[in-house]
Amino acid sequence: MPKVKIPRKGTTVDMTAMCDVAFLLLTFFMLATKFKPEEPVTVVTPNSISEIPLPDKDIMMITIDPKGRLFFSIDNPKVRMELIKNMDEYKKLGLTEQEKKAFALGASIGTPFNQLKSYLASDVDAQKAYDKTTTGIPTDTAVTSEKNELADWIRLAKNTNSQLRITIKADGKAAYPEIGKVIKTLAGWKIYKFNLITGLKAVPQGTAAYDIKNGGGEKQ
Amino acid sequence: MAEMDTSSGGGHKKGPGVKKGKKLSTRVDLTPMVDLGFLLITFFMFTTTLSKPKTMQINMPTDEKVEEKDRTKIKASTVVTVLLSKEHRIYYYEGIGDDATKPPDVKVTYFRSKDGIRDVIINKKKAVADMVRSGQLGAKDQATIIIKPDANSTYEDMVNILDEMNINDVRIYAIVDITPVDKEFITLTEQANGAQ
Repeated sequence: MPKVKIPRKGTTVDMTAMCDVAFLLLTFFMLATKFKPEEPVTVVTPNSISEIPLPDKDIMMITIDPKGRLFFSIDNPKVRMELIKNMDEYKKLGLTEQEKKAFALGASIGTPFNQLKSYLASDVDAQKAYDKTTTGIPTDTAVTSEKNELADWIRLAKNTNSQLRITIKADGKAAYPEIGKVIKTLAGWKIYKFNLITGLKAVPQGTAAYDIKNGGGEKQ
Repeated sequence: MAEMDTSSGGGHKKGPGVKKGKKLSTRVDLTPMVDLGFLLITFFMFTTTLSKPKTMQINMPTDEKVEEKDRTKIKASTVVTVLLSKEHRIYYYEGIGDDATKPPDVKVTYFRSKDGIRDVIINKKKAVADMVRSGQLGAKDQATIIIKPDANSTYEDMVNILDEMNINDVRIYAIVDITPVDKEFITLTEQANGAQ
């Protein structure tokens, strides 16, 4: 039997195309990524059919975790720096430059004023441990109350940057009274318009919103 | 693996123009590069948040004093009052429940797509539209929902009920503080239904 000679083929594959794709995707994800500091608490927001996207900048976010603890944050580090300077002056916190910088670059803050200095002075791991046990920013229904520290944060933040949009990011399991307090506090500063961060869910069929969305207009 | 012909000279011994050197391939092995590429892709994929969070905009009623002529007048017959309570229960009744001599008929429902609060709202809208047609209400009157979350309700309940407003295209609604009278309604209904 004559042997059929199979030509030996190399096992190497041309990687150029694959490499191209890999780096194309890499570029895309690099550009699409926005790094942000880690949030101290995980919050599962409830879903709604609303599709209004969160604005890009000038956001003041009030986070409420399942236990009803309040955290406060602003997206822009520059505004944060201004805010902490104003807050330092207003509340006589006696913060050092270093501590102010820690605030500007940090994530959400959930400490009462009397512990803010020690919180900002401590390192990242200690802050994380503290965030697990903190009671959050104290708040109350009356905006003028001494105990309502959230009111001070909101007022000074609004003074620092009047363009700030207020968003509330609360966990679905948070009790209503806590949310009610925040809403009352906002109302106390004459802020009646704000956004709630929600997940997205599909519009149920056969409802008014479904008809409007699909161009059917109103039934009535 | 990644060879490149870096040898120079040495090829001219056998005469000019005759290159006898081994022809080395100029191809570079790209496998490690691709590996690195995909590693970074994976990293960025996990850290990136592609979809921006969605928000729901709400407007709360002002607590400033509004002059009598500027107030929006709402007729009690267009109103459904919705009380949010524990375990995602919803108590609702027609009207605003201000007439102490005639306590409203408080009913219980839940958030669900069938026979839930949605049907209550849809029916109310229909009823109001019928009344407008028959002339019992003015042309501008619309179904109105007053939402009163109590201390046992959660944020999820509030978002869900606001979402129902959007889903059913209810234009006029408000979140109001719960009153002692409404708390009484909830307790009475719970007792009547044998719940704790």
